Amino acid sequence: MSEYQNIFTAVQVRGHPETGVPLPPGDSKRWGTPFFEYWIGKIGIAQIGPIYLGTLGFFSLVFGAIAVSIIGLNMLASVGWDPIQFIRQLFWLGLEPPPAKYGLTILAPLNEGGWWQITGFFLTLSILLWWARMYVRARQLELGTHVAWAFASAIFLFLSLGFIRPLMMGSWAEAVPFGIFPHLDWTTAFSIRYGNLYYNPFHALSIAFLYGSALLFAMHAGTVLSVGRYGGDRELEQITDRGTASERGALFWRWTMGWNATMESIHRWAWWFAVLTPLTGAIGILLTGTVVDNWYLWGMKHGIVAPLPDVFPGVVDPSIAGAAQ
Amino acid sequence: MKLWIPFAIAAAVLMAVAMVIMPHWDLPPQTVTQIGYRGTGMYDIKDQEDEAVLVKANVVPGVPYEPDPEGQKAGDVYENVQVLGHLSEDEFNQLMMAITQWTTPDNDCNYCHDPENLASDAVYTKVVSRRMLQMTQAINADWKTHVAETGVTCYTCHRGQNIPPETWSTDLGPKMAGYLGYRADQNIVAETAGHTALPNGGFDNYLLGDKSLLVHSKSALPNGSNKTDLTDAERTFGLMIHMSEGLGVGCITCHNTRAFDNWDESPPQRVTAWHGIRLTRALNNDYMAPMTPVMPANRVGPEGDILKVDCATCHNGVQKPLYGAPMVQDYLKGLGTKTFTGVPDFTTWKEGETERLLPMEEDKTSDAGTAATSAQLAVN
Repeated sequence: MSEYQNIFTAVQVRGHPETGVPLPPGDSKRWGTPFFEYWIGKIGIAQIGPIYLGTLGFFSLVFGAIAVSIIGLNMLASVGWDPIQFIRQLFWLGLEPPPAKYGLTILAPLNEGGWWQITGFFLTLSILLWWARMYVRARQLELGTHVAWAFASAIFLFLSLGFIRPLMMGSWAEAVPFGIFPHLDWTTAFSIRYGNLYYNPFHALSIAFLYGSALLFAMHAGTVLSVGRYGGDRELEQITDRGTASERGALFWRWTMGWNATMESIHRWAWWFAVLTPLTGAIGILLTGTVVDNWYLWGMKHGIVAPLPDVFPGVVDPSIAGAAQ
Repeated sequence: MKLWIPFAIAAAVLMAVAMVIMPHWDLPPQTVTQIGYRGTGMYDIKDQEDEAVLVKANVVPGVPYEPDPEGQKAGDVYENVQVLGHLSEDEFNQLMMAITQWTTPDNDCNYCHDPENLASDAVYTKVVSRRMLQMTQAINADWKTHVAETGVTCYTCHRGQNIPPETWSTDLGPKMAGYLGYRADQNIVAETAGHTALPNGGFDNYLLGDKSLLVHSKSALPNGSNKTDLTDAERTFGLMIHMSEGLGVGCITCHNTRAFDNWDESPPQRVTAWHGIRLTRALNNDYMAPMTPVMPANRVGPEGDILKVDCATCHNGVQKPLYGAPMVQDYLKGLGTKTFTGVPDFTTWKEGETERLLPMEEDKTSDAGTAATSAQLAVN
């Protein structure tokens, strides 16, 4: 009886751990003794480690830890160093950027957003070093650098929100606070202040790519799993030597929607959809407040706001209707 | 391999955790009313169980008895009657009885009066009550834009308690620890802003100060005229959440949320609410704040300021307080019109000593009419 092997790997191959190809001189050593973990093997390869940390990775983690510590200590201080309140209100707590009166001051007072700036500096440094590490590791393995550039797209959105747009607006107060609910409140406030981001075309594009990414992911993953019984999960082999799995998957889509991607091009579709999600989003952010101040009125001007009948006749702004108070 | 066992356990644990930490589940059935044009998502959703509880909690107490409008005026019978002197003796006593029911049912006259001398102003609750009577009259007479003919009585806010169940005072939250802990007046559980992380209602700005709530630009493109920033938007947002929670309504009761600032697309309730914000602001500035000097320590907030009015103070979670019962109609003569509007100087009041708390000099001269006359009579 045949056994289905590719949803949760039922057969785990155990031998000597794979330690990887030798590294060129100058690279630091891979770290940690590899071991096997049965349950991890259920959702992927059972081997854990070794990991390559290197200088870039080391400093990225150090700077990241500094950023997280500053955020955490400020959050703890904001509830009077009460550890119970720190846990209870964790999702509410945050670290805010300097208020508008400080404009683009290099370092605002620590008790008025200075810590936010320091955190932003270390976090940015950490993320950029992690990006460099991804790039260098990919080159060392003689891979393409697709993952690094996809990550760069997300970093661009991060920097647009917290650095580039505040620079353009001339105030750190425009930036996003650190914290779970605080950054969500910021998002809503941002949409409200700038007249409803719904009417921002780049916001719309970003959502289209985001939902499109999920759709493509489901279509691709579904297709590959469905042809797993013909070896379709060995995608690379199918790309270079198209077999019955690839043929069946292709036929399925050609018959159901008239056209199909290839084993190779579907990954370019997915990559571009993923990359364009934060990229278009970042453009939408950068245009808000700098080029457009009220997206609803902008949408009115350009005919993208659905006209409504006057269902509430006679409602007039009381401040111009000559109200007494 | 029975893989489903660990997965089922994990799912059960996750569900249990979610059910414990998720606050207040609104189980069906809900009543849904469409209040705007189709496609705008303007549906008023009411949880029927919550509504049943609210209806029970918002029953108007009956009139103590039908008073006789004839007979001597209260101002002529009793001493030091400044505001209600125009009522007949019977009407006056009936209203006093009603006020006791509304605000201090567990006590008696002595909560406000010195039993040795009912006319004395030496008890702080008495001078506060008198000012509150003036406030109630002013709301019913001057703020029909907000209260219409429904009006308010003491019960609208007090609900049988000495202190109305819903009030606010300045709340700065935990203090900063030296250079650490900057949170820009937000980012803790905001009790008055629906337990969000928003600024705590922004009450000091909007319900005491007259900071503008408007954050939108009037032009599509930036022209430098709109100086508001995201913090302002969050403060407005905090107050709006308070209104929403305080009235048991959603944003859509007053706004078409696709353009919050657009009056043309707003339901008429927004005009009422606009006046309500100004009413609340006026009450806090003209009536509540000046009474601070007479308040004992247990009647002020942590920052030493008097407990003040917000939207929930009257509304108590209902769009129309007491479901719109026009309670004041039974007390129109006493509470429906302004009689004596002199403003007392609360800074001169001394506990146990002040026999008569009289209006400040400039007000004495500007007031006329029967109420002022009866006050003068009382003084003489």
